Amino acid sequence: MKAALAADNLIEISGLRFSRGSRLIFDGLELAIPRGSITAIMGPSGTGKTTLLRMFTGQLKPDAGSVLVAGQEVPRLSRSDLYALRRRMGMLFQNSALLTDFSVFENVAFPVRENTDLPERLLRNLVLTKLQSVGLRGAANLMPSELSGGMSRRVAMARAMVLDPELLLYDEPFSGLDPISLGVVLRLIRLNNDALGLTSIVVSHDVAEISHIADHCFVISEGKVIASGRPDELADSESELVRQFMTGAVDGPVPFHYPAPDYRQQLLGSS
Amino acid sequence: MTLFMQLQGSLLASMRKLGAVVLFLGEILAQCPAAFTRPRLISAQVHNAGVLSLVIIMTSAFFVGMVIGLQGYDSLARLRQEDILGAGVALTLIKELGPVVTALLFAGRAGTALASEIGLMRATDQLAAMEVMAIDPIRRIVAPRFVGGAISVPLLTAVFNAIGILGAWFIGVYIMGVDGGAFWSQMQEYVDPSDIGEGVSKSIVFGIAASLIAVYEGYNCAPTAEGVGMATTRTVVTTSIAVLILDYMITAFLI
Repeated sequence: MKAALAADNLIEISGLRFSRGSRLIFDGLELAIPRGSITAIMGPSGTGKTTLLRMFTGQLKPDAGSVLVAGQEVPRLSRSDLYALRRRMGMLFQNSALLTDFSVFENVAFPVRENTDLPERLLRNLVLTKLQSVGLRGAANLMPSELSGGMSRRVAMARAMVLDPELLLYDEPFSGLDPISLGVVLRLIRLNNDALGLTSIVVSHDVAEISHIADHCFVISEGKVIASGRPDELADSESELVRQFMTGAVDGPVPFHYPAPDYRQQLLGSS
Repeated sequence: MTLFMQLQGSLLASMRKLGAVVLFLGEILAQCPAAFTRPRLISAQVHNAGVLSLVIIMTSAFFVGMVIGLQGYDSLARLRQEDILGAGVALTLIKELGPVVTALLFAGRAGTALASEIGLMRATDQLAAMEVMAIDPIRRIVAPRFVGGAISVPLLTAVFNAIGILGAWFIGVYIMGVDGGAFWSQMQEYVDPSDIGEGVSKSIVFGIAASLIAVYEGYNCAPTAEGVGMATTRTVVTTSIAVLILDYMITAFLI
């Protein structure tokens, strides 16, 4: 299903509504992601950032609204059209999601083997090229259980890139990484985006890290985009919530204390 | 009233689950032709579910056969009919015990392995990653495991029957002194092809049911450690009940 899309936008979301049970996750969310850029989607935990990524890939369907990816209305795609669209995407999962029974080489080769008839020699060279680009050609024969968190993330990145996608989605790529691994992943996101002409979307709440590489940021809270712009613009935002998020202040519009009955009354009152 | 409502609720939940399992079977069957184009995936699963279950199947079968041999000899000796021990043992194993016990052992050994393997893939986002890579997990993961399991159970049942009969022969002929010629000739005399057909039909149905329940529970488990554990437990419990119910239904239909 083709639909009108601004020429320089790869993704356009409008009027997105989605709920899980009685909890409303998105309430009329609107955003557009330009081609060729690195876009950060930020927001407090539980605001639905990963859910939004899963809307782009068609793993979740919205209750209402439009999710246009490369001019295609994702929720209305047939199974075969959705799979064709997914071949143009790559996604890096928070826990890397490597296939634990396969070696590093076979993990990266997996999408190629399943989706193409590439001869073995070409496949081998392609996989080694991708592994070289993330610095892990020497780890091709290791098993996922032998990798550190940062190495797993890089193997998953090579796997996500192996079919040369137009769109690369990163779900919390920095969580649990040591400073060296974090620096490597940051560099690879920027490098891959620029060298391969990708469009990258990074879901993260690591404000400092993402500010280094993002061209554009969206801050999501309570089901809507509450701020968008360049990272330096967001730091000077007039919204208290955005400033609290960007500076990591302990208290503010997002309170330190979860709503509770009066403290004194609870301590002194009967149980 | 509350008890009635609880019963109604649980019956409705069971019906809903049965419907979901049948729909899941439909999805798997739709992907089976694609799975058959990659026989290596299926043979790997026949190895995992079948070959790796051989030790437990053969050991259990030998002891079950010895017990039937002993009990059968004890009962028949009272009627001075020890010579038909071979026929009795073969009919018991081929028509009933072989398919049922094999399916129950398969659920405990291979079914739990299937459910926990697929469940762990769900919990660690491996299945979600495949979906995003435009690889259908039902085609790539579930269908070969289902087919491999469904092929394995009838083959394991045949092995169970053969080893069980050998166990009964060992006790009856070698230990208790039943005439060897009578043991085998009476078996040949009384076991009809229709008896073997009944056993084979049962083992095919049990194989499909046990494999389907295992892959369904694994694929639909909650993506947590507890969810995988519960899926494994449910696989054994549901398969055991399903096999016993199906056994009665097939027996009643065929007799």
